[in-house]
Parts: sequence; C-alpha cells; structure tokens
Amino acid sequence: MIIEQLSVFIEDKTGRLTEMTKILAENNINISAFSIADAADFGIVRMIVNNPIKAKQVLKENKFSVNITEVVCLVVPHESGGLYKALQILSKNNVPVDYMYAFALENKASVIIRSPSNDTIIKVLQEHKIELLKASDIYSI
Amino acid sequence: MIWNEHIEAASRDELTNIQNERLVKMIERIYYNVPFYRKKLQEQGVKPGDIKSIDQLKDLPFTNKTDLRDNYPFGLFTVPQSDIVRLHASSGTTGKPTVVGYTRADISLWSEVVARSLSMANVGKNDIIQIAYGYGLFTGGLGVHYGAEKVGASVIPISGGNTKKQLQLMQDFGSTVIACTPSYAAFLGESIQKGDIDKNNIKLKAGIFGAEPWTKELRFQVEEMLGLKAFDIYGLSEIIGPGVSMECEHQCGMHIFEDHFIPEIINPKTLEVLPYGKVGELVFTTVTKEAMPLLRYRTRDLTRLYTDKCECGRTIVRMEKCLGRSDDMLIIRGVNIFPSQVEAALLEVSNTTSHYQLVVNREGNLDTLEVNVEVDEQFWSDEVKVLEGLRTRIRNSMASTLGISVKINLVEPMSIARSEGKAVRVIDNRKKQSS
Repeated sequence: MIIEQLSVFIEDKTGRLTEMTKILAENNINISAFSIADAADFGIVRMIVNNPIKAKQVLKENKFSVNITEVVCLVVPHESGGLYKALQILSKNNVPVDYMYAFALENKASVIIRSPSNDTIIKVLQEHKIELLKASDIYSI
Repeated sequence: MIWNEHIEAASRDELTNIQNERLVKMIERIYYNVPFYRKKLQEQGVKPGDIKSIDQLKDLPFTNKTDLRDNYPFGLFTVPQSDIVRLHASSGTTGKPTVVGYTRADISLWSEVVARSLSMANVGKNDIIQIAYGYGLFTGGLGVHYGAEKVGASVIPISGGNTKKQLQLMQDFGSTVIACTPSYAAFLGESIQKGDIDKNNIKLKAGIFGAEPWTKELRFQVEEMLGLKAFDIYGLSEIIGPGVSMECEHQCGMHIFEDHFIPEIINPKTLEVLPYGKVGELVFTTVTKEAMPLLRYRTRDLTRLYTDKCECGRTIVRMEKCLGRSDDMLIIRGVNIFPSQVEAALLEVSNTTSHYQLVVNREGNLDTLEVNVEVDEQFWSDEVKVLEGLRTRIRNSMASTLGISVKINLVEPMSIARSEGKAVRVIDNRKKQSS
C-alpha cells in the first residue's frame, strides 16, 4: 500500500523544470501525479511516476537532488463530500498529515497523502473501508 | 618516524648556524645573478658581505607576488635556462600566471622536504599512496609524487577528478594513503557514504590534505567519512610547492622545514617583524633553492609561529593552521570575514555539506553577503518547512560567527563551480559594479 514518490529539489531558475521533464521524457518515464511546493527561491517537485528507481537514477546522473519519499494514495468517489469523508476519518483518529495533493479521473479521485506514520494511516483507512491504491496500480495509471 | 632527525630535531644553535651560513650564500647568489634583487639591495645600501646572520633579515627588502608577475616569466631565475629541469606555474586567475623554475638540485630538495612531510604521517615503503592532486603546472601532484617515491611508497599517480575511478582503484589497489585537497576529500567521503561502496573495502589510514584553507570542523568530518587520520600539509609554489611545512601525528601545528625556508611573521600594514606567538603575515626566505630563491617572500597567509617542543621530538618551528589569506579576507560593511569562518559556521549546523560559496554585492552603498549552500539529498526531506528550518539554522550560525547578517541561498548539488579540485569560494561583484 506504500507508494514511492519522487521528490526533487529545484532551484528557482528559468528552464529548470523543463530540463527535469526532458530527462524524464528521454528515459520513457511517465508521470501520473505531479505537484510543486514553492518556497522563496526554490521549489520541491513531488511526483508519482511509473518507474521511481530509474527516474531517481537518471535525475541523479544529471545532478538533480532527488529523494524517494513514501506516501499512500487513497481513492474516493469523484463527487462532493468524497474527500471530506476520508479526512474526517483521519482527524477523528488523530492521524497527522504533512501534505497532500489530488487528481480526479472519471468517476474516482485519487489523493496522495504524506503522513509521518504510514503504518497508522494505512491501518485506519483500511478499517474504514477506504480504498487504497497499490504501487502497481498507480504506477501504471 | 622522523625522516631527517639530524635536522628536524637539531638544537636551536645548530639550526641558526645552518641558516646563517646558507643565508650569506643566498644573498651572494641573488645579488650577482638577479638584476631585480641587485637593484633592491643596492637601494638599501646592502652589499653581499654585509649580511652575516638571520638577525639582519628584518632590514632586507620584501618580495611580493607582483614582483614575480613583473619579471614574468624567467626574470627572477638565478641560473641559465640550461640548468632548469622543471617549470611550474600558478593557475593565474588574475592576469599572468606566476612561474617557478627548478634545477635538478631543487627537485631533490623538494623530494627531501616532502619525504620529511610524509614521514610525519608515517607513510613509508609499506604504503600505497593515491595522489589525487592535479598533475601538471600545479605543484601539488608532482610535488607529492617525488617525495612519495623517495620514502619508497607505491605511488598511484591518478591525478585529480574522475571520482568513480578514484574509488575503484582505492578499493582494488588497497590504497592506504590519499593526497588531495580537503574539499575533494570531502567530496570523496560523500560519494562513499551515498554510493554502493562497502566502507570495509577502504583501507585508507592517512590523508595528506592541503592547497586550500580548511577548518578543523572539516577535518573531523573528513576523518569520520573516510576513516583515516587527516594531516595538514602546507606549501606554495613560489616557495617550492607542497612540503614547506607539515603536521605530525600530534596535530598541533605544522613543522616548518626552516633549514630551507626561513619563516618570519610581519604586521602586514607596518611591515614590522612580530615576535613568535603573534598573528601576522607569514614571510619566507628560501635559502637553498637554486633556480629561483626568494628573499622575504610575502605569502599573504595569516598565521603565527611557535617553538615550544612538540611531543614528536622535532624542534623545528611550527606554524598554526592558516587563519586565511590576507588576499581572501573580505571586508563587508567594515567587518573582516574569511571564507574559513563561513565554513566553520556551516559545519556547526549538523548535516550540512561543505560545498558553499560566498557572493558579495553592493546594493547602493551597502555591501551584502549571500552564501550559496548546496543541498544534498542526504540531508533534505521533501518538506518545505524542514528546508526552511535548515536555512534558518545556517543563517543563525553564520550571524553569530561573523557578526553580520547573511542571506542563505539553498542551491542544487554540483551547481557551485569547482576548478582543478580547488573550490571557488568567493565571488566578489563589488569591483565589477563600481567600475
């Protein structure tokens, strides 16, 4: 249930994101989910790709500072109240969340969540019958 | 082990006698063979016979780096070209490079002082030494090379760069000693830590590090990462190259081979000679070098000298690790700042790498200091708050060490230029902006 997310440190310089995506494209890496957290003079790109190990390697070879972070991905219905229902369960069970981002696909929405404790979040969500994506599911979206 | 106990552990009287005798001959050589020195000595009314002891050094003229440039390339040589067997030159970042020449006897002298240096780190015939200083015009590679052969070590003349090969040969050949710049040693250490290399395959016991200023914090870091004892070697091409002085196993300052290179400490402003123990600019007179002897050469390095006896038994004078180069010193908003202070402050904050660069600008009439720090994947999490926390810790550490506020930029790894294994530590844009 744990998904390997690629996190890349990007300096605030023109063309840096293009450069990164070019390297991924040239190595046939497909991006399923993508978000940027931006600070004053740098950003952190977080993304789910079809081959995180290879992506990390090729980015490192090209002098990017890149890490793999473990996250979970839950699936809720793509309708109003879908996310609320899942988050309610997390807050009731005191599960902390560092950050999250989401994408919707047809009638379902996927939410990527980074929590300090992946074991807890997985246990709590499964107990409440919230669908979690397996690594193999999401890498192939 | 002491390579030349007769000299390195001689009494003060014995050393002074050797120095006096050699200085007299050196003055004769430069007076009769180098027009530049003859003119300078004549201006001060000094004739060769007048100088009888090193006590008189304080009245003799200095030699500056600009004198080397003005006499480019061979103007300060005392011997004809036919006696020169080697030429080296500084990288020459500004204007012409400074050229130094060596006779066969100079090369032999250089091998001797490097052999003494390596013996301080107990390097001998049972060692395999990987020389990762650049070979070429830079004196580092070839300088250490000849001394290493003299002590009988097996030399791997790999030169600088090509980290992958460095690490491969280090394991395959079982290198026991590495000689390189401290910043490259840190880089090798980081590569070992994050790579697939089993630390048990690394047999290094000693590192011979020099050619750029470094801090004791970096020493601990490198010793830990590479599992060796780090020895500081000092030298500059104008004097001979590496092997002017070197630290012994007690790591309490570098022993200067003063039978060849007579040190003085001066006040860089008044040019007065300062007593032992006082911090000032280091000045050398090379009394034995044949091709290009220098009289009272101003190194621009700031340090102090002391003669209290070292536990190793050597009696020759010691110099403290250089506090910085008077050339490198930046004056920012009236505060004197050395890049080494920035390094120390950075390393105080745990988990930061040693790759950094100072950028000085002038906005209006105000100097600004920015420090670029490379972000290495070993120490960042993908949360903005963690990186911002790191930035704040670095900024606070610098503010308390330097006494001025500093802007910290977190930059991508390997984005700070490295040249010839020496890191480019300072970019001062103030001159450009004012012209």
